[in-house]
Amino acid sequence: MTGRVEGKVAFITGAGRGQGRSHAIRLAEEGADIIAVDICHDYDSVGYGMSTEADLADTVKAVEALDRRIVARKADVRDAAALKAAVDDGVAELGCLDIVCANAGICTVQSWDEVTPAVWQDTLDTNLTGVWNTMVACAPHLIAAGGGSIICTSSTAGIKGLPFLAPYVAAKHGVVGIARTMANELAAHRIRVNTVHPTGVQTPMVEGLGGLNPLIERDQNLGPIFMNTLPVESVEARDISNAVLFLASDEARYITGLEFTVDAGNTIR
Amino acid sequence: MTGRVEGKVAFITGAARGQGRSHAIRLAQEGADIIAVDLCRQVDSVPYPMATPEDLEQTVKDVEALDRRIVATQADVRDYDALKAAVDEGVAELGRLDIVAANAGISSVGRADELPEQTWQDMIDTNLTGVWHAAKAAIPHLKAGGRGGSIVITSSAAGLMAMENIGHYVAAKHGLVGLMRTLALELAPFSIRVNSLHPTTVNTPMIQNAPTYALFRPDLENPTVEDAAESFLMLNALPVKWVEPIDISNALLFLASDEARYITGVTLPIDAGCIVK
Repeated sequence: MTGRVEGKVAFITGAGRGQGRSHAIRLAEEGADIIAVDICHDYDSVGYGMSTEADLADTVKAVEALDRRIVARKADVRDAAALKAAVDDGVAELGCLDIVCANAGICTVQSWDEVTPAVWQDTLDTNLTGVWNTMVACAPHLIAAGGGSIICTSSTAGIKGLPFLAPYVAAKHGVVGIARTMANELAAHRIRVNTVHPTGVQTPMVEGLGGLNPLIERDQNLGPIFMNTLPVESVEARDISNAVLFLASDEARYITGLEFTVDAGNTIR
Repeated sequence: MTGRVEGKVAFITGAARGQGRSHAIRLAQEGADIIAVDLCRQVDSVPYPMATPEDLEQTVKDVEALDRRIVATQADVRDYDALKAAVDEGVAELGRLDIVAANAGISSVGRADELPEQTWQDMIDTNLTGVWHAAKAAIPHLKAGGRGGSIVITSSAAGLMAMENIGHYVAAKHGLVGLMRTLALELAPFSIRVNSLHPTTVNTPMIQNAPTYALFRPDLENPTVEDAAESFLMLNALPVKWVEPIDISNALLFLASDEARYITGVTLPIDAGCIVK
């Protein structure tokens, strides 16, 4: 049976582990080749470790085990030139580009008066400008291919004003804005642009946010905002990947401008 | 390879033709058995021919050709008792219920200050109350099945944005969004997910008719499909006149499948970007 994205090439940022690796594997399972980047370097402002070169190498192994090709590079989404070089090299090697997963992101937890200028700047630079850099680096290749699907990873924090996450919330809301604008600007080229909005996902990033509970305990009224509607505390990376796969496939050929919540009903409460 | 909804049973309203038949076929291709209902007769305020008993029979043949089972009944979504009887009989025969596609709908045209009372009432009764009836009849079976479930409500791009000359349709389709969100909250403890679909113009008999062409080209006396197509195209961001029933069915399939097990409360546009535009 033909895979649901057979013969397509997908560019994925933050592919070293977590959701990014899961996207690479899910798309490869359904027939796509992969261009993968990850920073593989820690931030001074972020309390948990980023993925490593060994993590990215594991993603490569996992995709190759599925008999798909993968071109992996260490690249920082904040560095537009490096990102463009990674995309261009990957397309030169794999032949085209059809799918873009602007997934790389960081997250820190603190109350508003504990947000340092470095945390604010690093979060906006990575989670918002990094998505923009990804789109700008990839759009020419999608236009050349005659169409494509861009999937930006936002969050429930891109829809709700989650407390203790101010820079993250600002960046993730911003992602929705640029996705909508690009959905309009790129529609004539048959390029679709959508966002996915996960609730808490079981990944190293969320596990690194251990500091949330003490903050919620300061104000009991704020706890319920993090609760899901369905009886699950969090979802798995593969659940997000399944939504990404659907949006990436031709089954969604007329879906654009969607904010796709994969959030166990978090945002409808 | 196992189908994406293998072993599930789906209840589909408006299943005789158009999107409903497409849903039945697509879900059957991926392993589901089908409980199908359709009115199969005319509503007087509707200005185009509605589905017939022969259309519903064709859906039965199409599903059986895929080696899936189907129980088809002529029933009116406005008649709760008839709808409930159709679902109950279908579940008795097919064993369970997992998926609901509340799809049946009508279209008619008129400015809000000129709509006849009956045209308004038929619209609300069919496109809004009919969906509530389908959900109400199905929910006990979804709960009894013990594996959660997926209710997919067919709204419209007109469920999220205003459109002139179809105020009654816009009102009903907006109402569905509110119903969907409330059902999503009420049914979440049972792992029953509820989402809505928001198509732009779909290439079906409901829009491929002279009154709909006239709606989109009020400037012309007897507009043709080609005349209307220019306006259909302008509605969308992507360069397409309309989408096909299979595009809506593919979205339904995804939401109905376990791949979407944590997706609830979503208003999913299959609208070629007409809402974001």
